[in-house]
Amino acid sequence: MTPPQEPPAPADGAKPPQGPPAPDNDGRTGLDAHLVVAPTPTFHLDITLTATPGDVLALLGPNGAGKTTALRALAGLTPLTTGHLHLDGTDLLHTPPEHRPVGVVFQDYLLFPHLTALDNVAFGPRCQGATKSEARAHARDWLDRMGLADHTTAKPRHLSGGQAQRVALARALATHPRLLLLDEPLAALDARTRLEVRAQLRRHLAEFEAVAVLVTHDPLDAMVLADRLVVIEHGRIVQEGTPADIARHPRTDYIAQLVGLNLYKGRADGHTVRLDAGPAITTTEDLTGQVFVAFPPSAVTLHRDRPTGSSARNLWRCEVAGLETHGDQIRADLTGELPLAADLTTVAAAELDLHPGAPVWATVKATQTHAYPA
Amino acid sequence: MTGPDRTGPTAATPKTGPDGPRRRRRRARRAAPLPLLLPALVGLAFLLLPLTALLVRAPWSSLPEQLTSAGVWQALRLSLVCATAATALSLVIGVPLAWLLARTDFPGRGLVRALVALPLVLPPVVGGVALLLALGRNGIVGQWLDAWFGITLPFTTAGVILAETFVAMPFLVISVEGTLRAADPRYEEAATTLGASRFTAFRRVTLPLIAPGIAAGSVLAWARALGEFGATITFAGNFPGRTQTMPLAVYLALQNDPAAAIALSLVLLTVSIAVLAALRDRWMTTT
Repeated sequence: MTPPQEPPAPADGAKPPQGPPAPDNDGRTGLDAHLVVAPTPTFHLDITLTATPGDVLALLGPNGAGKTTALRALAGLTPLTTGHLHLDGTDLLHTPPEHRPVGVVFQDYLLFPHLTALDNVAFGPRCQGATKSEARAHARDWLDRMGLADHTTAKPRHLSGGQAQRVALARALATHPRLLLLDEPLAALDARTRLEVRAQLRRHLAEFEAVAVLVTHDPLDAMVLADRLVVIEHGRIVQEGTPADIARHPRTDYIAQLVGLNLYKGRADGHTVRLDAGPAITTTEDLTGQVFVAFPPSAVTLHRDRPTGSSARNLWRCEVAGLETHGDQIRADLTGELPLAADLTTVAAAELDLHPGAPVWATVKATQTHAYPA
Repeated sequence: MTGPDRTGPTAATPKTGPDGPRRRRRRARRAAPLPLLLPALVGLAFLLLPLTALLVRAPWSSLPEQLTSAGVWQALRLSLVCATAATALSLVIGVPLAWLLARTDFPGRGLVRALVALPLVLPPVVGGVALLLALGRNGIVGQWLDAWFGITLPFTTAGVILAETFVAMPFLVISVEGTLRAADPRYEEAATTLGASRFTAFRRVTLPLIAPGIAAGSVLAWARALGEFGATITFAGNFPGRTQTMPLAVYLALQNDPAAAIALSLVLLTVSIAVLAALRDRWMTTT
């Protein structure tokens, strides 16, 4: 990670426009929020978020989990039912959105279609009291920094998806926010642009010196862009931690699927874990009590007949429920003694004559499983 | 799109371009069934016949002197001034009203919308009577205007403007409200997160976005104001040079100088065609 940089100094010595709220700074910096939003009787968001300046937090979760509601609540666009919101020691609970030092990159960017890229970026500084020329000079610096010096006079409809995303980022950063919010920042891009923009965004987020919170349903975006993941399901935090930690120790089916692991819960007694779902799994870890057991689909080996002389301790009789292609691999969805996902090559799938309904034997070596306390 | 398949490798020549749309249009034209075609033609004739009659009976030879008479110019100028003033007034109070209806939620909003649209269906004469009862010398507000400020509205040019505004403003409000509803309110939210107050967001983001709707609504309101008759003659009377607008002049002329009435009507017809031309992008192209 590159060290945080100062925001570009505005041209002709103009002082950078600052957000109106005067911090009653009591020494704490960063974000400290408890967001409770209950817009309908059936939906209830209740999450706690903390972050220090420089942190990039990703809210990850399935559609309808409440990620965007959380983001809107942070921006002040959706009122909190209850809870608190402190940013750098300032209570923002009753601060209207226009007075919050918060920048937002919206999902489809929402660049003002009647303004040029330059005037879109200059909009924020103008609203914060800069003169037209100051605001434009400031905006030009930001666009320059985003590699968009040649597109200052372009209207949003003439920008590519990746360019529009950078203009939106520049527009949000030009107000010097202490909290940057990004709602599905890469969702509007096609696969190829996405790769490139993700790398750029990662660089810009690494340079950003305050707190950034991004919302995504794409685990890859979350893991590449964020230092810490907060997984939300049904309006609640189900797990949080570093990307590596969450990938290794998923605690819900949703996360396990996201990171591509088979996940089971059971009771451990030594090297044997009796699963809630039925059979037992032999693991290398020596644990007692409630545990999770996880292993990747690539650790599963399939056989047409019951294998003899196999060293695998874990052997289950299954049936193929479905097959789908994952790159050059085939992902087999198995039911039976133990529901699981298995990856195999196209050649192997053909040799095994896999088709929905086909009976197979699945084996997993104990060394490829991973058990951890629940 | 169909070009390249037929012409193969030489498809790059621009000559094949226009073929596509023309062929498609020809294919779309199919014989209409008689039970629909006949009434349709009768309906078309019914709409066009009076306009044709107007053109046939127009006193073309004496038209120049009819149109250059002082009375015609007076009425035309008054009409243009009043219709423009009524449109301006409608913009100042109608656009905020449209915003309120489209962007805020308050109890009874449906009822308010219906009331705003009422002048669209209300007979204009009734509107005129209602204006008299409200703003007339003895009206519920008018008596105080008279007593406190010495302002008398009925039978004045200001009265004409008010009568026209009353009838024409709903066209603007309805048009602008529709455009506002179609415009994405999240642009206003985006502006807010950039530090814009709600009014700044409206002024710098929403207003430019809905400008086409405002323009169309203004033209509609202006045309309606220009042709306004019932409310004007009831509330403002028929005084040449002061409250006698073109429609009133036409009606009066028809009693004693039909040729002048036709000439005046032609002027209004011309203005109407111009309005239609101004709105053609919006209405004359379907889908």
